[in-house]
Amino acid sequence: MSTFYFIAFLSIFFSILVISAKNPVHSILYLILTFFTFTIHYILLNAQFLAIVNFIVYMGAILVLFLYTLMLINLNKESEPVKPFMVKIAGVFGGGILAVAVASSLKLIGASNPVLLQNPDLGLVKNLGKVLFNEFLLPFEISSVLLLSAMVGAVLLATKEKEPKAA
Amino acid sequence: METADLIFRIVLIVVIFAISLVVAMYSTYAERKVAAFFQDRVGPNRAGPWGILQPLADGGKMFLKEEIIPTNATGFLFIVGPSLAILTACIGSAVIPWGSAIQIGGRTFDLQVTDINVGVLYIFGVVSLGVYGIMIGGWASNNKYSLLGAIRAASQNISYEISMGLSIIALLMLTGTLSLKEIAEQQHGFHWNVWRQPLGFILFLVCAFAETNRSPFDLPECETELVGGYHTEYSSMKLGFYLFAEYINMFISSAVMATLYWGGYNYPFMDDMAVWFSPNTAAIVGVVILFGKIFFSIFFFMWVRWTIPRFRYDQLMDLGWKILIPLAIANIVLTGVGSTLLTHFGY
Repeated sequence: MSTFYFIAFLSIFFSILVISAKNPVHSILYLILTFFTFTIHYILLNAQFLAIVNFIVYMGAILVLFLYTLMLINLNKESEPVKPFMVKIAGVFGGGILAVAVASSLKLIGASNPVLLQNPDLGLVKNLGKVLFNEFLLPFEISSVLLLSAMVGAVLLATKEKEPKAA
Repeated sequence: METADLIFRIVLIVVIFAISLVVAMYSTYAERKVAAFFQDRVGPNRAGPWGILQPLADGGKMFLKEEIIPTNATGFLFIVGPSLAILTACIGSAVIPWGSAIQIGGRTFDLQVTDINVGVLYIFGVVSLGVYGIMIGGWASNNKYSLLGAIRAASQNISYEISMGLSIIALLMLTGTLSLKEIAEQQHGFHWNVWRQPLGFILFLVCAFAETNRSPFDLPECETELVGGYHTEYSSMKLGFYLFAEYINMFISSAVMATLYWGGYNYPFMDDMAVWFSPNTAAIVGVVILFGKIFFSIFFFMWVRWTIPRFRYDQLMDLGWKILIPLAIANIVLTGVGSTLLTHFGY
């Protein structure tokens, strides 16, 4: 249990650093550390497959692309967008309301009825695969079609410009 | 875990760490000798007999050189970069089975540090993490050439990870497990996976070249365009770490290839060996054979480096996205159809 509290503390600590870091590249690096602590959480929950997929997909691919994009952007002080004061006030107000909503809904759920897993080994690859491809086959396939359509859309947007020149 | 088991694990970790460092050290020597052989030169021959002490001399020079951190570099990240590169290179060896179980004093010990049941994915995760060392170092140098090298490394790694993953999927469809130990055990004797997955192996090999930034895919450090690439600003042992990490990566990826496709520690007539001599002798011969496979594979890396010229960057991307990924998907389909038909007709 003490491991959990330590890792949970690290997760929150690094995620606060993500939003408080001045330099965007530093904040991405803190985000990587945050995701790394999530991986440890999954391992503590005995969800090995989820842990390693989180490791590969989020830390190894998505955040590399984030970092890649940020490195290409000019990060000088002069080109930094300065938001008007009213927008900042509106942001604080909106964020505060969201925090209240989340807190109250969490209070409604309550920690009194924790979810009990029938099978503690559910997170291992074999069990997860069986559940995914038997019980949840349709949602699984539909979500993959969703990803495919997003990819096709991105390709379409990227190639749209060229057509008038060719014609 | 029992004390004897724990002690054995610790000894094994230290030995594997030492072996990977020594192999990486002598790979630099071997690289120069191989290059000399291919170009009809002599190569390093001054330090010790046949220049065999050359890596020590190189290492001493690396340590003693002046350390320079550029004024405009981001100090902390500038140091994190090479450290991360060498860390990710070293942790990959944890899941590789180096041999079949050996018996000491009536106990059985596995020659593997840990057998997690997602071993293949662990290797994959470590590989995908490896690019951070280069990216952070390249960015922190605050140099345009370093940054370009880092960006090239990132996009190259991401592109080739996809086809690497797809080529592994075809293999996993046949093995039915993600544990490297079980994969190695299934290839007992001469039932090596490469006979069943020749195309998958070739795809994996090409991707391994790209992931370790070896020539002909070493565009992140293309000196004709980018001075030194991502390590332009580095000197002393930090540069040494980057170069060293590349050789350790080469060693680990050779070990992974040998385990996944070339039977790992398995060899023909291994059961006869165990009967003729003793099971331990057979296991030790297996370890030697695994290292033989690894060394040949490292030699192959060097062979290709001194034979094939570097790609252009657009050719690299074309190869990754337009040739390797469709081939890998076709390989998955072929494997699926093939194994279904074989089961259907009762093989």
